[in-house]
Amino acid sequence: MNPVAPSTLPVGPEASRSPLHRLSTVLYLRPTLLLMLLLGPPLLWLGVIYLGALAALLVQSFFYIDDYSGVVVRRLSLATYGELLTAANLDIVVRTTVMASAVTVAAALLAFPLAYFMVRRASLRLKAILYLGVVLPLWSSYLVRVYSWKLILAKEGIVTWLAERLGLGWLLEAVLALPGVGGPSLSTAYLGTFLVFLYMWLPFMVLPIVAALERVPRSLLEASADLGARPAQTFRRVIAPLVVPGVVAGSIFTFSLTLGDYIIPGIIGGSQPFIGQAVYQHQGTAGNIPLAAALTVVPIAIMAVYLTMARRLGAFEAL
Amino acid sequence: MAPALPAAVRFSGVSRSFGDVRAIDRVSFDVADGEFFALLGPSGSGKTTCLRLIAGFEQPDAGTIEIYGESVAGVPPYERNVNTVFQDYALFPHMTVAENVEYGLMIRKVPPAERRRRAGEMLEMVKLAGLGDRRPIQLSGGQRQRVALARALINRPRVLLLDEPLGALDLKLREQMQVELKGLQRQVGITFIYVTHDQGEALSMSDRLIVFDHGRIEQIGPPAEIYERPATTFVAGFVGVSNVVDAELARRLTGTAQAFSIRPERIRLVEDAAPIGDGALSAKGVIVAAVYLGAATRYTVQLAAGGQLLVLEQSGGEAGPARATGEPARLTWLRRHHQPLR
Repeated sequence: MNPVAPSTLPVGPEASRSPLHRLSTVLYLRPTLLLMLLLGPPLLWLGVIYLGALAALLVQSFFYIDDYSGVVVRRLSLATYGELLTAANLDIVVRTTVMASAVTVAAALLAFPLAYFMVRRASLRLKAILYLGVVLPLWSSYLVRVYSWKLILAKEGIVTWLAERLGLGWLLEAVLALPGVGGPSLSTAYLGTFLVFLYMWLPFMVLPIVAALERVPRSLLEASADLGARPAQTFRRVIAPLVVPGVVAGSIFTFSLTLGDYIIPGIIGGSQPFIGQAVYQHQGTAGNIPLAAALTVVPIAIMAVYLTMARRLGAFEAL
Repeated sequence: MAPALPAAVRFSGVSRSFGDVRAIDRVSFDVADGEFFALLGPSGSGKTTCLRLIAGFEQPDAGTIEIYGESVAGVPPYERNVNTVFQDYALFPHMTVAENVEYGLMIRKVPPAERRRRAGEMLEMVKLAGLGDRRPIQLSGGQRQRVALARALINRPRVLLLDEPLGALDLKLREQMQVELKGLQRQVGITFIYVTHDQGEALSMSDRLIVFDHGRIEQIGPPAEIYERPATTFVAGFVGVSNVVDAELARRLTGTAQAFSIRPERIRLVEDAAPIGDGALSAKGVIVAAVYLGAATRYTVQLAAGGQLLVLEQSGGEAGPARATGEPARLTWLRRHHQPLR
């Protein structure tokens, strides 16, 4: 008596009778074909829509606008880039870059301790709550949140009210009196723009740092302590170098989101424009597509320089 | 007369719980200076917790731990003169092999030239000379293991802690590293405390060992004593293969209701008519399984008195003809090979 029944599955040519079976067999025997079928659509999307659009943008930036007729001249020239170097436009570039850098540094400083706590100290439950707290704002409308901040930061808003209640009205006054970043109220000062940018992009810094910290096994920190390193030394020699790729990933988000945004500085902050607003004006009302394109190339160039520097400094060696 | 050295490590009534789980429960033992000491037990038995308490990664809930006569209560890992070889090696992935080995010296601000020289010596000692510029990821498991060893030993610790250091290696390499580790320990003369769940490893390498189960010490002693004289049912079963005879079966076999264990290699299969000498016992049964192991054959014998006994018969030499399942068998063994169990 045999307790194991023989298989009733067809074996050999019999098995490939149904078309679906035959297709499976063809794909199983030709993995390259399967790979091409799977990768084709995303590669087309990336190649045509992303890189194609980017190339079109780059080409546009080398055209220029005829000053008299206002018509775009489709001839390669550096005239538009020359225009970029005028004082007014350089001012925009510098203002935006400084803002993006400040937002990035502040986001990293705020995100690191939070991420560290989430990964190393918090219980699973608390960690889930904090995760939710970090990403929850991303679920609600961006515009609603920006306008809420307008109310929060307004002269009649809760920040001013709270400062006065706490007897710190003088401090708020002093901060708003600072040249460059101050203004009549937080909602019309660059400091306000900074705060809203920081609020908006903080999740994009927290999440990559959390991911990077989670890839650092506890045993590495223990090994460092075991070999005589005090916590500060372990931080400098082991944690920081291993988390840098996460910080760089986060800063790519915070930096480029700030460089490209035109809504936040339009609603909150001073009257001088940022790159995003300038691009919006040039490609819209002014019809100066070449200058808009050239202005768009600026953040790309800045990011390229930033990433090259990060790589030179060994930011990606731990990957 | 020179005063006797204090114990390298002394545990006095040490307990440590994690939530509701008692990882170790009132554990006391001494490790002598220069000893190769193994902590053996199944996973979750408390052996790794002991190691982490010595390293300083954990603090005891109760009891005291002394390292060379000094209490280490509240002393963080970075102020203890012990080093650890981690189970996953814990090599720093962003540093080269040489930088990994030099790490402890760099932290202690040893000048770079001396650092490099000593790291070179260490790498030579673990047979990795010339690989200092590689990254850990470019090394094989066995090589990483050696880097971890060099990195721990370069600080000249008084005690080296090893947490299942060979667990991730394949059998051949593991056996080779066992021999090398033992040789290295003799060469450097440092106290080694070695955590393992592999009883063969613990028996072959250590001067003395502890068998842990459920956070308690089952037995402490030299390997031969643990193997030959297991004190508890757990030790008899965990260290090597043993027949555990409970009190009831013992009464039927020997006339005394005292539970005992006996190693399978101590029992012989004999002819029905063979005479039984003084101090020997015998029992009859039927062979229910025969497993050929190469150097030996292991028989499972169902006793007429109830219960089963394992018998290990060496191949060749005095061994009789191979026996088949279902054959009747007569067993004999010497009473002095009984190990009474508590």
